[in-house]
This record gives sequence, structure tokens and C-alpha cells, in this order.
Amino acid sequence: MRKVLIGNHALSFGAKLARAQVIAAYPITPQTEVVELLSEMCASGELDAKFIKVESEHSAMAACIGASAAGARTFTATSAQGLALMHEVLHWAVGARTPVVMGNINRAMGPPWSIWTEQNDSLSQRDTGWMQVYAQNNQEVLDSVIQAYKVAEKVKLPAMVVLAAYVLSHTSETVDIPEQEKIDEFLPHFELEYKIDPEEPHAFGGLTGSDGYFELRYQINKAMEESINLWEEVGSEFGRNFDREYGLVETYKIDDAKELIISSATIASTARSAIDYLREQGKKVGLLRIRVFRPFPSDKVKPIINSMDKAIVIDRNISFGASGIFYQEVKAACYNQKNKPPIFGVITGLGGRDVGKKDIIDIYEDVMKQDEVKSDIIWKGVRV
Amino acid sequence: MPKKSKEKIIFKSVKDMPPLAVSLYTMDYNKTGSWRNIRPIINYEKCIYCMTCWKFCPEPAIKAEKFKEDGKEKYKPVIDYKYCKGCGICWTECPVEGAITTEEEAE
Repeated sequence: MRKVLIGNHALSFGAKLARAQVIAAYPITPQTEVVELLSEMCASGELDAKFIKVESEHSAMAACIGASAAGARTFTATSAQGLALMHEVLHWAVGARTPVVMGNINRAMGPPWSIWTEQNDSLSQRDTGWMQVYAQNNQEVLDSVIQAYKVAEKVKLPAMVVLAAYVLSHTSETVDIPEQEKIDEFLPHFELEYKIDPEEPHAFGGLTGSDGYFELRYQINKAMEESINLWEEVGSEFGRNFDREYGLVETYKIDDAKELIISSATIASTARSAIDYLREQGKKVGLLRIRVFRPFPSDKVKPIINSMDKAIVIDRNISFGASGIFYQEVKAACYNQKNKPPIFGVITGLGGRDVGKKDIIDIYEDVMKQDEVKSDIIWKGVRV
Repeated sequence: MPKKSKEKIIFKSVKDMPPLAVSLYTMDYNKTGSWRNIRPIINYEKCIYCMTCWKFCPEPAIKAEKFKEDGKEKYKPVIDYKYCKGCGICWTECPVEGAITTEEEAE
């Protein structure tokens, strides 16, 4: 069934199709519609789930972790300051190995208050051990929720489906909603091996000395490594079942390309039309969209970049005192490679400033005039 | 879920370990009485068997032991030194002067 959905409702329909059993959330702009619709679905009985109203995002995540530790499929959604408030329990979800799935709407961090899109909120949670998928359209938002559960429950790590505020969250697009029976087959009920069970009481997450903690961290990273192949496998399996294939990265017109634009989320989506224009002008330029940021798909990224003469990473985020965050990751992945091309890092669109096709064409043309990387940040669109 | 062990488990490899911190031992392994510095002693000549100490003990380290007196069933508090950490709540809460006294633990 095809429906016109805003990105936020695509998240809700994803959680509904996945048959989330426990949903706990606190409202925050621009996430509100996600849980508004889910609460209506729970009230009408359309979705057989327990909806827990909580007093903060910290409690929302804590409730999800508890429910997940008892073996329930759980969902929550948040944005910006809400995600920051969850920070402590985000670590807990990972250490407790609970496969919670969360939607995060990329919104710029305050102060000053902003409600527009920027990736610093989710990227600040980079080292918590949450898997992160950056969607480029509303269809991918819905599809990624389903895939996130499948991967998360297999490796027992939580996953975040990330979408841009307003550009996706409040923009209507046609979204195909798969049949429930087909989703049930793709995403069956899951069983946790270690779960809260009153018949066999255990303490969870108790004090662990240095003789055990190290090995537990090792296992989290092993699970992350394992998830790299899983994201690819689950993405292809999804393609076989629903005619929409996904992977860790997506490429566009790279076969004969000499220059590469690398970006994520909706900027990468816009970049495709910029590339079409540049191709018409005879430029040999292609696109690499990084869809899964954690685990970072180094082995996918490296060979593509190495075959190029120049690469440009466009970031809608910044690590103050360093550079764009995707830029750092891409450079780190390529560092030990021989014959790597110069990699340029551009920061643009902070606080939701619009990044259009012309901006990306300008970025490309500016970088083509430069032979070497003089600075880790090339600012685009800021009034200096 | 693994059954809890009475003895210490030493994992040779990460492969044998559970993926998360979950309690693996019964309290037979973890005798918290070894933490105690001050030992509470109940003086049954003074104790009025009100069971206040049993109620306030934050661990199950004071047990209510059944006994018969004049044909009636009664309870008396008995300290389980295997698990009493010597936290001091029982002798602070005890309403009778001298019914619970303390001694420093000798090595």
C-alpha cells in the first residue's frame, strides 16, 4: 500500500510493522509526530503495544532498556537535547546488550535554540556503541527501522535510525508500506538468551571488576564488527523481499569517475542532481553516500576513494577544533592506504541552512581549483 | 540463562563468557560478612523480641527464628554473620539500651 507520509510518520509505521511491544517516549520538536501517531495506534488497539508516558528522555530510554532486557521489542524516538539527555543510558543500552531501536531526528544543538537540521546531536553519541543509519528519504526511514531491528536483535546492540529535521521529518513523500504478513516473515519474533526472568532471578549489570569488564567491551566491538556484514546481508534480503535494496553505502555514477563527492543523509540525496548536472558538463564525478555510520564501513569506502583523483567530504556537522566528523572518519579509513587521493573536507548547512543543488556544484568547482589540501575545513555558505 | 554457581568461575576465554554482566554466583560464593569491621551482638536477656532490627536490616542478615514459649509460637532475631556487613542499622534502631552491643572484629 502506498501512502503519503511525513518522515516522522514513516518512523511510526516502521515501528508498527515491526510490532514494537513497548514504546516509551517524551515529546520534543521535531520528533513529536512520531510518538503522537504511535500513541494513537496503541489507544485504538491497531498496535498491540504498551505505551509508557515518561517525564524525560532519560526515563524513556531507561524504560526501553528494562523492557528490552525482559525480551520485548522496544521503540523510542527523540532529537537533539533529548538525545543528549539520554546520553548516560545510551551507554547502558549497549552494555546491557539490549536491541532497542530508536528514531533520532537530526536537529541542531542549543544554545542558541534551533529546531533545524544538523548532525551534531547523533554524531555526539558516536562512541556509545549504538549503530547509526542515516536515511536519505522517507521510504528509507521506514525500511531502515525494519532492518535495524533485524540487525540489532542478531548482534544484541541498539540501533538508531537518523533523519534530517524538516527536510524529511515534516516533508511528505510517497512511501510504500509493505504488507504486515511479509514483514512478519522477514522479522520474526525474537528470543533473548539472557533476559530478566522471575523464575530464574539474576542481577544484571552489577559491579564487574577489571577481570571481566575488558572482555565485555571486547565483545561489544566484536558484535559491531559482526554487524558490518549483517547490514549488507539484511539490506539485500530486504531487497529480495520488497524490491528495495540497501547496503552500508550507496554509490552513484562512480564507474568511470575521477572525482568523488562523499556525504550522508539528505545532502547526499541532493548531490545526485548536482552530479547529473556536472556530468552533462562533461565532468567525471560520482557520489558515495555513507548510509551506515556505525559500524563505519571502512572496507567499502577505501577501494572507492583509492580509485579517484580527488575526494570531497561534505559535512553538516562539526567537531570544534578539528573538522567535519564524516571527514575525519573517511580520512582515518584511508590513512594506511597507498596512493590515496587528496581528501577535501567541506562544512556547510549548519543550523539547517539550506544546501541546494547549486551549493554542491559550487563546492565541486571550488575544490577542483585546488591541488592540495590546505586546511581541514573548507567553509561553504558562511558569512565570513 | 546459566544456573548460578556456588563456586568461583574462571573464564579461560571470552568465548565462554556471557555477552553482558549477569550475576553468575549464588550468595554461597559471595559471603559479604567478610566485609564487617564492627560485629553486632544480640543480648537475649535484654532483647524484647520486638523484631525492629529484623525489619530494618537492609540485607537478609537477621533471620526471624521460630521458638515456643509457654506453648506459644514466638520469633527471635538471629544474626547471620556469614552475610552481616556490620552496617550498624540494627543497633541504631534497637529501642532497648544494651540489647544489641558491638565489638570490633578481631583479625
